[in-house]
Amino acid sequence: MYESLMKVITGYGLISGFAVIGLTMWVSYWISDTFTKGRLHGSAIAILLGLVLSYVGGAFTGGSKGVVDIPLLSGIGLLGGAMLRDFAIVATAFGVSVDELKRAGYVGVLALFVGVGSSFIAGVGVAMAFGYTDAVSLTTIGAGAVTYIVGPVTGAAIGASSEVMALSIAAGLIKAILVMVMTPFVAPLIGLNSPRSAVIFGGLMGTSSGVAGGLAATDPKLVPYGCLTAAFYTALGCLLGPSLLFLMMRGLVG
Amino acid sequence: MIIYGVAFLALCTLAGLFIGELLGKWMGIPANVGGVGIAMLLLIGLGSYLGKRGLFTGKSEQGVSFWAAVYIPIVVAMAAQQNVYGAISGGPMAILAGTCAVVVAFALVPVLVRIGNREPDAVVTTKSAG
Repeated sequence: MYESLMKVITGYGLISGFAVIGLTMWVSYWISDTFTKGRLHGSAIAILLGLVLSYVGGAFTGGSKGVVDIPLLSGIGLLGGAMLRDFAIVATAFGVSVDELKRAGYVGVLALFVGVGSSFIAGVGVAMAFGYTDAVSLTTIGAGAVTYIVGPVTGAAIGASSEVMALSIAAGLIKAILVMVMTPFVAPLIGLNSPRSAVIFGGLMGTSSGVAGGLAATDPKLVPYGCLTAAFYTALGCLLGPSLLFLMMRGLVG
Repeated sequence: MIIYGVAFLALCTLAGLFIGELLGKWMGIPANVGGVGIAMLLLIGLGSYLGKRGLFTGKSEQGVSFWAAVYIPIVVAMAAQQNVYGAISGGPMAILAGTCAVVVAFALVPVLVRIGNREPDAVVTTKSAG
């Protein structure tokens, strides 16, 4: 019986994914209603739950894909993979107000540059405090603080050691996770409540998964505005990291 | 028909990602340059164009709105496959670097929102038609 059950669950992975995630959503909304009287969004709890489970999954299996490394739950990998994620993000654009976008266009571009720059400086600052002095390592870790894709792309281009690249990926992952978890709590303090502020938020944070999760947990109406600018962030980071930012660091530390 | 909406969404997504890939190749960077963002703009632009002509309504819209509605569950599934364990075992430096980047970015949101609010007053909307 066990074998037949496993065969169905793993063979119909995506379907199992729908079932498991649906159940998770139900539990999360129940927790939200019963324990927080709806003050903490059900989706925020669900995302938090997902992250906790992925930690458990990683600790349990030693893999790098969280819950997906558990064979029984591998279907979640299909459901939450890049393909369906991007498809659903594009779909959210359907209700977008063109006027709001136009109003935010200019600041959105500014936010992208400020976002890449400030994250990079923050990452470089921490790396310096931990005793790194060479331009290659500093740039790679700074780029990792931009996103976990920009870090290894930059590191590979300028010849960083694999240890430093792993650190830069970890820094980027921490960023994505924190944005998912913190955004609903921080949103009222930073005025994240309008389409324009969401466009700016997306440009400043940039991490697509962080922005996607953080805004979903805050106010689903803001999702498309933030994701639209965030879509350009990683590319901008990959463009600036190995070029301008690296040259700047080399000029600074020799 | 609902499938028209789903197909329309699929075509916009593929076209956007394709343009993003081409831009990346053209700029010489190993990343998709705004593919998802371009796809969203395509969906907004083409969607309203087709909508005005009455070619994209009712049932077709449902094909898009379904996917917009399952967005949050998909994001939950995405969260469940982040490498949280790997990130935390990256050590204090990685944790601090990521945290600082997030704190700084959060702090900058109200600053840029204020710049954004002042900007339209100065320029007004003379160029919006172009």
